[in-house]
Amino acid sequence: MSKLEFDVPAKGGFSFDLCKRNEMLMKKGVQPPSYRKTGTTIVGLIFQDGVILGADTRATEGPIVCDKNCEKIHYMAPNIYCCGAGTAADTEAVTDMVSSQLQLHRHHTGRESRVITALTLLKSHLFNYQGYVQAALVLGGVDVTGPHLHTIYPHGSTDTLPFATMGSGSLAAMAVFESKYHEGLTRDEGIKLVTEAICSGIFNDLGSGSNVDVCVITKGHKEYLRNHLLPNPRSYVSAKGFSFSKKTEVLLTKVTPLKEKVEIIQSGEAMEE
Amino acid sequence: MNMVDSAQPFKTLLGPESDSQRTQYPYVTGTSVVGVKYKDGILMASDMGASYGSTLRYKSVERMKPIGKHSLLGASGEISDFQEILHYLDELILYDNMWDDGNSLGPKEVHSYLTRVMYNRRNKFNPFWNSLVLGGVKNGQKYLGTVSMIGVHFEDSHVATGFGNHLARPILREEWNENMSYEDGVKLLEKCMRVLLYRDRSAVNKIQIAKITEEGVTISRPYALKTFWEFNAFKNPTVGAEGSW
Repeated sequence: MSKLEFDVPAKGGFSFDLCKRNEMLMKKGVQPPSYRKTGTTIVGLIFQDGVILGADTRATEGPIVCDKNCEKIHYMAPNIYCCGAGTAADTEAVTDMVSSQLQLHRHHTGRESRVITALTLLKSHLFNYQGYVQAALVLGGVDVTGPHLHTIYPHGSTDTLPFATMGSGSLAAMAVFESKYHEGLTRDEGIKLVTEAICSGIFNDLGSGSNVDVCVITKGHKEYLRNHLLPNPRSYVSAKGFSFSKKTEVLLTKVTPLKEKVEIIQSGEAMEE
Repeated sequence: MNMVDSAQPFKTLLGPESDSQRTQYPYVTGTSVVGVKYKDGILMASDMGASYGSTLRYKSVERMKPIGKHSLLGASGEISDFQEILHYLDELILYDNMWDDGNSLGPKEVHSYLTRVMYNRRNKFNPFWNSLVLGGVKNGQKYLGTVSMIGVHFEDSHVATGFGNHLARPILREEWNENMSYEDGVKLLEKCMRVLLYRDRSAVNKIQIAKITEEGVTISRPYALKTFWEFNAFKNPTVGAEGSW
């Protein structure tokens, strides 16, 4: 019985074995495959009762829009949500992972999760990977110590801010925030400002588009407004349907819908414990 | 193996870049210029800073200059190239005056001239490293145009260069309208310049606003914008998040 020799990578972290080969290929002109990025405009702001997060819904693969209506506001805990910009796989994976860690921690301590717990878990993970996990996040939530809003950069640094924007549309959204934000915003003013900032990103940045998602978190209560605004409707649908040319006689018309339209009544929240 | 062959000959034909005597990168640069059309003419704003790399070297540089009787030129980018362009325009206006025929070069003509100059230099791989904003009023017609260092030129109701493209244009697209009064226009420009001051690292808090109407060109005295830093979250950012920053 011969022993099979496996090249086992070191426990944890990335294996950089293929880097030399990749460099050689790039020199020869081979284009590396492009990642699915969430081009993105994500924003957050603190208003008088809590935190409001906002995001657009376009995901791009290079120049192509691969998802017109993706979800960029990720659930972390019942009182904490996180918007993600950068490589879609990285933002999904890292928020999922920390969300699970938070849940275990909740069971362990018997208390509501705190925003700084999520912050520390995320930033130490990202720092460990030295920026290779390309996730830029806007983390917001309300816990026993009050409302919190943080930004987390791919290399692991964080900021605590009253209003924040990330992603390729961050400058367009920040222009709106810098000119219109003030303290003591009401819920409606806050939602309006967040929507304006995301729309600014959608219409002025090519990496962002489609619809606006909003999430309002207050003490003990949260509202996830999926597709709060749809400013890019499909406006020119042909009313005539399909028509045949050159006097073709229609003998029989039968329309079979490809998918059954089923109304789903969502009871309770997804992922609630 | 096809990929290797196609890459090699191209690189060897050009020769090493270090041999070039042409403008490769800018040294002393000015930041954004923002311009809008309003009811009576054109309003343009820029700050008075010129940076030398990451140092804020000069703080009293006028980056907007009147051209002839009807136009105003604002520039961002390499200041020495801007001064050279002004020299060329001086010559152009002088020759026009020498004809003494009652006609004078209007903003459209100056814009066209600038476009040709910029595009020509770009074709010789020796660009003027500037983004120009040309505004003017002649015979009641308002004109606002822009030319970039590679010769991209167009005319619009509101333009911005540099960082202004990312920070000021979204605001202008939302809040500009055809019949703004002078006060509205100045307020709008100040809003844009304030956001640029907060978010552009090479911006200085010393701005000038220029007004062009049928009567002529006036450039205001330099002044500073009011800024607000009293957000509660800035006072004690890490309260509730001990140990973070």
